[in-house]
Amino acid sequence: MEVISNHNWALTVGTFLPLVGVLIMLFIPKAEEALIKSVAIATAIATLAVGIYTMVQFDFGNAGAMQFVAKHDWISVIKSSYYIGIDGISLPLYLLSMVITVLVMIYSWDHVPSPGNPKAFFSLMLILQTGMAGTFIARDLILFFVFFELVLLPMYFMIGVWGGENRQYASLKFFLYTMFGSALMLVAFLALFFKTGAESFSIPFLIEQGVNISRTTQIWIFAGMFVGFAVKVPMFPFHTWLPDAHTQAPTQGSVILAAVLLKLGTYGFVRIAIPVLPEAARAWAPYIGGLAVIGIIYGSLGCLAQTDMKRLIAFSSVAHMGFVMLGISTLTSFGMNAAMFGMVAHGLITGMLFFVAGSVKERYHTLEIKRISGMLLQMPKLGWILGFCAMASLGLPGLAGFWGEFPAILSAYQPAPGLSVNVFRTYMVIAAIGTVFAAAYLLWLFQRIAFGEPAAEFAAGHGHDEDIHDVNKFEWIAWTPLLIAIVVFGVYPQLMFKVLDPAVGVTLKAFGG
Amino acid sequence: MLSTIATAAWSSPTIDYHALAPEMILGLGIVLLLLLDLFLSDARKWLLTPVASFTLLGAFIPVLTLALNDAGTRQMFDGRYVIDDFSLVMKGMFLLAGYVVVLLAADYIREGDYYQGEFWFLMLSSIMGMVMMASSRDLISIFVSLEFLSIPAYMLAAWRKRDSRSNEAGIKYYLLGVFASAIMLYGMSLLYGITNSTKLTEIGASLGSNLSSIRALAVFFVVIGFAFKISAVPFHTWAPDTYQGAPTPVTAFLSVASKAAGFVALVTVVYVGFPGSHAVWQPVFWILSAATMTLGNVMALKQTSIVRMLAYSSIAQGGFILMPLAVAGETGVAESALRAVVTYLIVYAATNLGVFAVVMVVARKTRSGEISSYGGLFSYAPGIATLMTIFMASLAGIPPFGGWFGKFAAFQSLVSAGTTWAYVLAIIGGVNSVVAFGYYGSILREMWMRPVPDGDTSPVPVKSSLAVALGITSLATLLLGVLPGLVIHFGDIAGLAGAFGR
Repeated sequence: MEVISNHNWALTVGTFLPLVGVLIMLFIPKAEEALIKSVAIATAIATLAVGIYTMVQFDFGNAGAMQFVAKHDWISVIKSSYYIGIDGISLPLYLLSMVITVLVMIYSWDHVPSPGNPKAFFSLMLILQTGMAGTFIARDLILFFVFFELVLLPMYFMIGVWGGENRQYASLKFFLYTMFGSALMLVAFLALFFKTGAESFSIPFLIEQGVNISRTTQIWIFAGMFVGFAVKVPMFPFHTWLPDAHTQAPTQGSVILAAVLLKLGTYGFVRIAIPVLPEAARAWAPYIGGLAVIGIIYGSLGCLAQTDMKRLIAFSSVAHMGFVMLGISTLTSFGMNAAMFGMVAHGLITGMLFFVAGSVKERYHTLEIKRISGMLLQMPKLGWILGFCAMASLGLPGLAGFWGEFPAILSAYQPAPGLSVNVFRTYMVIAAIGTVFAAAYLLWLFQRIAFGEPAAEFAAGHGHDEDIHDVNKFEWIAWTPLLIAIVVFGVYPQLMFKVLDPAVGVTLKAFGG
Repeated sequence: MLSTIATAAWSSPTIDYHALAPEMILGLGIVLLLLLDLFLSDARKWLLTPVASFTLLGAFIPVLTLALNDAGTRQMFDGRYVIDDFSLVMKGMFLLAGYVVVLLAADYIREGDYYQGEFWFLMLSSIMGMVMMASSRDLISIFVSLEFLSIPAYMLAAWRKRDSRSNEAGIKYYLLGVFASAIMLYGMSLLYGITNSTKLTEIGASLGSNLSSIRALAVFFVVIGFAFKISAVPFHTWAPDTYQGAPTPVTAFLSVASKAAGFVALVTVVYVGFPGSHAVWQPVFWILSAATMTLGNVMALKQTSIVRMLAYSSIAQGGFILMPLAVAGETGVAESALRAVVTYLIVYAATNLGVFAVVMVVARKTRSGEISSYGGLFSYAPGIATLMTIFMASLAGIPPFGGWFGKFAAFQSLVSAGTTWAYVLAIIGGVNSVVAFGYYGSILREMWMRPVPDGDTSPVPVKSSLAVALGITSLATLLLGVLPGLVIHFGDIAGLAGAFGR
């Protein structure tokens, strides 16, 4: 086992520190709202500090290797251990989850959605943080499963308690879809465990042994995992929970869902399904790619048909995750790098879009696109931030979105050996058409909302002046880091590619990539 | 026959007093309860409650010392009464579950003026039957233990004499229970006729894997007899009415301890007595398991009364516990199947007792047994609602709460069998665990997302004994989920599974 650093406490602390915050908050009376929020934000910042310490100590020259590895007995009867580590693929997502949690919490300072109760709201966000961070560092399938499931209940409550009108339906749908996926995933994990000699659930061990499983069995096991991860991504046709969940979730829930939770699925493909079952991955790749491009086109067309801004952004997530999955399905280092970059970029940009949508809703009390117009006149800063995010989302060169989308399309030109070039080139063309749609729906959205004169009902002197104000202090604090990151990664993508690339190379060892 | 008995020299069996200590302490406690009840004035009858709880805790001490003692398996009476790891784990579980039930029942019984002395006497007798069941390896002692644990339970179910529902509960439970005993006895008599022995190991050796129709019938009848006890579909019809009519602490007792005792008996008989006959019982368990979890879940979905929903939930959980038994006869699966059953029973006991503790706390305030009475609980009693959330999530099998590991262990032994039937059952189980969230989630939805039905948001009083019960069960549920290894160390129960090797 490659123990490079002896700071291996850092990951454990970084993952479980939020739970300590929850414990402290349990003892604070519900009425002390300011204190509760402060403790929660302090915990999230402390967690982020541990994350940044991890990044500083991370050996970037050796990003392909697992670092900060810790391994202890956990459930020895079933040969599962507490085995964690971080490499170039995990690190950006691990940090992303921490950054997003801090920013969402700062945003929540004066945006606790109805029916209030910040104690519960902030506690759930901290629990979510533990689940998200844990999933990205787990090196043992059972540990991965536990963390993967840990995010379910907090998100269920966030949507169901603090969500919109149709929240109960949306939260249940979210929960049942994900749970169904995880049940199949668990059976697949178990089958994998027994087919590799019932010796260990450790991912590196399974990567070594997985190649020995017969092709048919691999394909079946992959199918189980596929459903589990594809529901989470979500891939067409398992995506139907997403628009409902996003539309009904409170802003904070939508941001976390878009920025991090969806990545748990794609991460599962990259970290577990593909390296452990390379032959099945090759067999499945054309179908995954096919569903991915269907998702791109379907998501884009869905966007064009939406009348609700949040629902539109939700459908755009389906399309964007389609690009990510297309990159993954090429099984090339190029495509995988693009996909990983796309995951982070989508997290930043779509997270930002949901923030803006939340603020729009707060001001106009509606997200119906045709009722809102002239935002640039009424709230120029918010309007331009929306414009900026729309540009980033449609993949404008120079902003982060571009580096996820463009190379993903390009990678389909030359998929991994053994995959049909013609099929993937067709996908490439379809995906490229998808970008045109993306430009269409995002620019159209921006045009309808931001341009023109303010709608009569929201014009000055119609009783909304109190609510309609430009970006406030907490919003600036929460958004600035995301906006900066979108530009920085757009201008200098190498910053992330150099971390990703070595780790991607290790992941794709079986494909000669 | 008689002459041989008369002429045979009588030698008294050696008795291992350490091994029998739990039973003896229980017996002393039971006698003490009866005596005290005679002499205590009504105003001081509450003293019986601590006597009952200390008896249970006292009996737990020798279970611990026996578990820590490395002497290995202890056998008595020619191997018909065995104290091995399996029996110790189950005895410990029965005693602790009994203790939690005493905590649940303490105030209920005192306030209702429900013949305290007799109640504790019957409850401890029933627990005594369970403790004996865990060690019985002989048809006669199994049958005696089963009646010992059942007959007091029939009476406990009908404890609220003036309530017709409680009477219905008792009568239904009694009639179906006796019917089941009769079927089982018939199976046992066939077994004795075939093998000329009542000792399970001898029956196992004699039956072998030779399955003439009469042998298959005997095995089938015995298994079906126990299926009533564990309320497996289609022998479950008594459970909802009994659970609903019985006093709530008794329902908790029946759904956890009594059900576990049924499983213990079933596992013992199948593992020690019928290891070679798996061609008969595996398909039976497969069908029972699939039908039980599916029907239990579907019926639970439509319930509006919390206790009735929990009754069907308990039926469905029984189906999950049966899952590994449907493959236990495959090579190399016996041990993991046994571990899965034991693990699941322990996790389920901790969680379900917690659920009933919450139900009692909430019912004290709302005076209602409807699920809708949980509306808005989180807004005025966040602590209770959070505990209920933990218990519901555990029953639904969501990590990191105990239940997930029980389900995991069951799935693990299914997949390890690797047969097509095993995979099909695993898929059915997987789908069912999603369906189950439909009703567990409905409780969560009421508590977190619905308004308070009558606008009464006064705080919920929690009696100290219920608070202790909640503390024990929630801690156990969490601990079993996060560090199952700690507890499952007891589950390295090779002893019983070894029967397959012989």
